[in-house]
Parts: sequence; C-alpha cells; structure tokens
Amino acid sequence: MLKIKNLHASVEQKDILKGLNLEIKPGEVHAIMGPNGAGKSTLGFILSGCEGYEVSEGQIEFQGDDLLDMAIEERARKGLFLAFQYPVEIPGVSNMTFMKESVNAIREQRGETPLTATQFLKKAKEACKQVQLSLDFLKRGVNEGFSGGEKKRNEIMQMILLEPNLCILDESDSGLDVDALQVVANGVNSQRDGKRSFIIITHYQRLLDYIKPDYVHILANGKVVRSGDASLATDVEKEGYAFLGQDNAEETNA
Amino acid sequence: MSEQIEQALSRKYDAGFVSDIESETFPAGLDEEVIRRISTMKEEPDWMLAWRLRAYSSWLSMEEPEWAHVNYPKIDFKAISYYSAPKSMKDKPQSLDEVDPELLRTYEKLGIPLYEQEMLAGVAVDAVFDSVSVVTTYRAKLEEAGVIFCPISEAVHKYPELVKKYLGTVVPRSDNYFAALNSAVFTDGSFVYIPKGVRCPMELSTYFRINEQNTGQFERTLIVAEEGSHVSYLEGCTAPQRDENQLHAAVVELVVMDDAQIKYSTVQNWYPGDENGKGGIYNFVTKRALCHTNAKVSWTQVETGSAITWKYPSCILKGDNSVGEFYSVALTRGMQQADTGTKMIHLGKNTKSTIISKGISAGKSNNTYRGLVHMGAKADGARNFTQCDSLLIGDRCGAHTFPYIESRNPSAIVEHEATTSKVSDEQMFLCQQRGLDPEKAVSMIVNGFCKEVFKELPMEFAVEAGKLLEISLEGSIG
Repeated sequence: MLKIKNLHASVEQKDILKGLNLEIKPGEVHAIMGPNGAGKSTLGFILSGCEGYEVSEGQIEFQGDDLLDMAIEERARKGLFLAFQYPVEIPGVSNMTFMKESVNAIREQRGETPLTATQFLKKAKEACKQVQLSLDFLKRGVNEGFSGGEKKRNEIMQMILLEPNLCILDESDSGLDVDALQVVANGVNSQRDGKRSFIIITHYQRLLDYIKPDYVHILANGKVVRSGDASLATDVEKEGYAFLGQDNAEETNA
Repeated sequence: MSEQIEQALSRKYDAGFVSDIESETFPAGLDEEVIRRISTMKEEPDWMLAWRLRAYSSWLSMEEPEWAHVNYPKIDFKAISYYSAPKSMKDKPQSLDEVDPELLRTYEKLGIPLYEQEMLAGVAVDAVFDSVSVVTTYRAKLEEAGVIFCPISEAVHKYPELVKKYLGTVVPRSDNYFAALNSAVFTDGSFVYIPKGVRCPMELSTYFRINEQNTGQFERTLIVAEEGSHVSYLEGCTAPQRDENQLHAAVVELVVMDDAQIKYSTVQNWYPGDENGKGGIYNFVTKRALCHTNAKVSWTQVETGSAITWKYPSCILKGDNSVGEFYSVALTRGMQQADTGTKMIHLGKNTKSTIISKGISAGKSNNTYRGLVHMGAKADGARNFTQCDSLLIGDRCGAHTFPYIESRNPSAIVEHEATTSKVSDEQMFLCQQRGLDPEKAVSMIVNGFCKEVFKELPMEFAVEAGKLLEISLEGSIG
C-alpha cells in the first residue's frame, strides 16, 4: 500500500523529518505516536501533498505509484484520505454539496458513474448515523459553527463516504470526551475490512484502547525510533516518551 | 496554491467569437444628424425625436463623471458608431423560421436555444441582437393576460400614450451624463406593461448581446407595473471578444404603482478584456425604480463581465410602506474594475430596504461597493439593513467599500455590516484533499460566499448564475 524510504522534509527551512522509513501493507493499522514536535502531523501533510512542505530526500510509493509526483487531488482520488486535526470552515457551502462533489470526483477516477442526489443522500444518511451526527449536519456549511467534537466526527463521516484505501487520522482523538472517542473509534473500526489501511497519528494511547493497531511506531526527532506491536503504546502510556533516551528527549523539546 | 488559482483564472473567454452577419452600421460620430437618422431608421413619431434632441442638448452641457473608483482612458464619443442593425432584419421576421440561421447559431453558442426555451422553460424571450430586437416569443400568451412585452421601438408605435406617460419619469433625460447620452441615442430595449391586478403568468427574459465592432449599445428598458400587479424580469448578457473598448450605457426604469411588485434579475458577463486590460466593455448603467405605496422592488444582479462596471440599481421609496431590496454579486478578475452598489432613497413612512452585496476580487482587479442610504425628513420609522462582504482571491486585487448614509429623520434606523475575507490555502487544501481540482474548489468556495444572493434569483437563473461563476473562475471571463 505505502512504502516510505529515507524521507527527509522541512517546513520553512526547518528540518522536521530526517530519514523516516515506513511500510504499510493492505489491511494494516499503524499507529504513529511521539512527543509534540516530533513530525507526526508533518508526515500526514506530506503524504497528502500539502503545500509548504519541502521533501529534500527519499521516496514514497503509494499503491505502486510515485506519490510525490501526484497532485493533492490526484492522491485523494486514488484513495488517500486525511482526517484533519483542525478542519477548516467553508461558509455557505453545505456539507451535502461538498461531499457529493467529493464522492463523485473520486467515483469518476474509479470509472464509476456519479451518484444521483437521491443515491448520495441515502449513503450520507447512513454515514451520519454511524458517527451519530444528526442529518442537519448535511445542510449546514462545511464545519461552519461545528464544535470540536462535531468536526472530528464529520471527518470520520467523510472518510466513511469516500471509502479510501489509505486513511490517515491526524489526532482524531484530541479534544474528545470518552463518548465521542468511542464514536470516532467505532466509525474507524467499521471501515476495517482487511484491505483498507490506516495510519493513526496520536499523542495518547487512549484511542488505541478502542482501535487496536497492528503496529505502533514511535516518531522522535524526525525518525521512527522504535516499532512494535500494540504493547509499545502501553509502555509509552506508563513511562512517557522519556524512555526514548537522553539525546532524543532533548530534541523533542525543540 | 495561489499559483494554481492564478492558472485557473487565466483561461480564455469562451463566449469570444464574432458572428458573421451583415450589418448596417452608421459611420462613427455623434451630432444632431445622427440622432435624426436613428429616429428615421426606426420610423419614430416626431415627439420621440424631439425628446431625443432635448436629451442630446442636455448631454452636450454635461461633464463625464469622474468620482467612481475606476480608471480608463477618456472615451472619444466621436469615435463610436451609434447605430447597428443586422441587415437581414430590415424586414422583421414574424417567426423564428424567418430568422437568419447564423443569428440563431450565435444564440445557440451562448446556450440560449430559443426553440427549447419556448417549449420547455415557458419563458418569453425578447432577444436583443445589437440594436434591433429580432425575436419576441410568447407574445400571444402574454397578450391573453393583458401583459405587454415588446421591443421599446415597437411600443413607441403601438403604445405611444404609455411610453409618453412614463418614459423618463424615473430616470429623467438629464439625470446623469450617461443617462442623457442614452436618452439621445437609445436604439432598442424592452417595454413591459403589467395591467392592474395582473400577476404575469411567466418570467420575462431578455438576452442582450453586443455584436458589432465599435458599436456602442444603448438599451432602454421601461417596465410599468400597475396597481397590485406582479412581474419577474430576467436580463442576461454575453459579448464576443474584441480589441476595441465598447461603450455600453443602458437605462432601466421601473414604475411600481401601489401594492405592485417587480423582481428584476440580471446576469451580466460581457467581455472583460484580456489579462492586460486590453479590450472589454465599458458598462455605464443607470437603473432605478420608483416605488409607490406598499410597492416592492427587488434588484438582484450577478456581475462577472465588463472591463469597467459603473452601476447602481436604485430604489426611490416614495410611497409609505414601500420596500426596496438589492442583492448583488460582483466578481472581478484580471484588470477588471467594478464600482457598483445601490441607492435606497427613503421618502415615505415605514419604508424598508435591504442591501446584500458580495464582492469577489481576483487577479489585479478592483472591486468597489458604493451605496447610498438616504432617510428623508418624512421617512418616519424607515429602516435599512446593509451587509457588505468582500472576498479576496490572491494578493494583488483590491476590495473597497464606500457606504454613504444620510439620515434626516431621528426615528429612522440604519444598520451597516461589512466583512472582508480571503480564500485561504487551508480551504483549498481541504477541498483538494477531498478530490476536487483547484478550479472546482475555488468555484465552490465562491459559490458558498454568494449563497445569500443566489437564493434570491429565480430558480433557472440561479443555476445559470452558479454555472457562470464557475466558468468565470475557470478564467473564461470575469
């Protein structure tokens, strides 16, 4: 699904990723953990093609294609989805219109016929139900006046509708209470079908209580410093990131 | 990101073509003789010629206004031809079958299939091709309701009493420089008369198109809604690409009697000029409504075209309880300049007005809202609400707001709200991450911004306006 080799990247001339390697096979769930400033969100933005991030070295292969060669929307249409940590508002554009355009842009790429308004509405209603958002949210402007939790659930709702191949969740747990956390986790779990892959970026272990990862990677100082199974997340929870060692701890404060 | 937006905005103007129809065009220049010739060509009665000549003499004594926030080289009024008619129209066609097929193809290219409109949309179309109205449909059905909808040149012959009674009563001959010019040389336009208590059975629609090179076009539209009547009027325009600047100075007068309502919607996408500001239409328009007791006028405009737009659809709220509304979307890109807004003149008691203006600037364009809210001394309990929003795309464009508020009545309430925002990189990224290309993303964000205005447009027009905005943002026009 995804192969990242020796990835070096910077933002505003500041080196963030310094030789990151990661391989994800279809159906796998990988959690990326790490202290603040380790480059977790940067990874999500680089994978999705956000401007302002310079890749100076390394390769990324996505479903056999060179990911870095593809435009943002091309990546999205080929099944890469990013659930934003801070989704932006688009006033006046209804969630419904936005998502219908989005779903159909992706269907077109797959050679499928566009959904009619009725067909789309049916799917959208189901997706809303899954993340416990009332149907009013379809009529409201994209993220307009949504609470933090509503925004996060809205992102998961979009993920369900778009049926991506690779889902990147950027701190989808931050700012959520336990109930909302469960809703988000259930939404994600419902999409695990043995083929779809996930990258779960999180600072805390608690989301991983609900979404069981196959692998956990600790990102620090722009590299994966340790990989393991779900138990690694538990260790982090107990001991904090301090166990990473002296030199890493120092840089993570930067 | 802004590069992508730039790219999206720099496409060619799709409606830019010149149809090959033989025309009879006057040589350039303006004097009394030209006005006499226009009048003769149209076989006008003497009173009409006299009216034109009085307007011309007023115009001669007036100065071209310079207060608008627009820059353009001085217009040489002697270099303009003041009359152009498609030659084959000398013997006016009685039905579409008699219309020059080239002309019909021109309309088709613009997406105005008259046949289809006739059959499907139920819209009566009075199509103005350059200066002579060529096709008028659905006349019979309107006649049944007692509604008159015809070219104003025809109304001068068939309904001289009505034209004489109302022409120039809302926009006087010497109202302003461009209105005076129009009064002297207007060639055609629409005339609408809705009798007392009649609800017009269909939306009335006029498509304008400037076709002849170097030909100024001077439409004159007069709509009279008698007591308790109701009409919705649609106006839409495109123009082919050319190098020379074209002057357009239209006048629209609405007479709204007691308890009557007029809804006037415009979609304007004339050629805006190339990316260096070369070519493009100069659009100097005077639109005004006179509202009697309990009357209501609603102006809705979507302005995406023209190199220069100078336009302030206004309401004189003379009668008590009369209502004026102005909903506007003005989009400028490239080197376009728009100075547009409205005037709400509250004279009667408990008069109400609402102004919603959405300005979108891209490229190196300048977009100005200019609005006057006047509360007269006798306008007890009058109210106005103004909302003025600007959206910037890129960092080389300008948005300007000039609200003028004059209140001579302590019981009058005037509210003004204004915002300025940008299409952000974050919004673009979100849209693209969801699979939308940059063009679609910009157009969606802009459409969202304009939502409050679009919902005021008649259904079929709202769709067209959204599409127009999308095409405009793709860079085909303004």
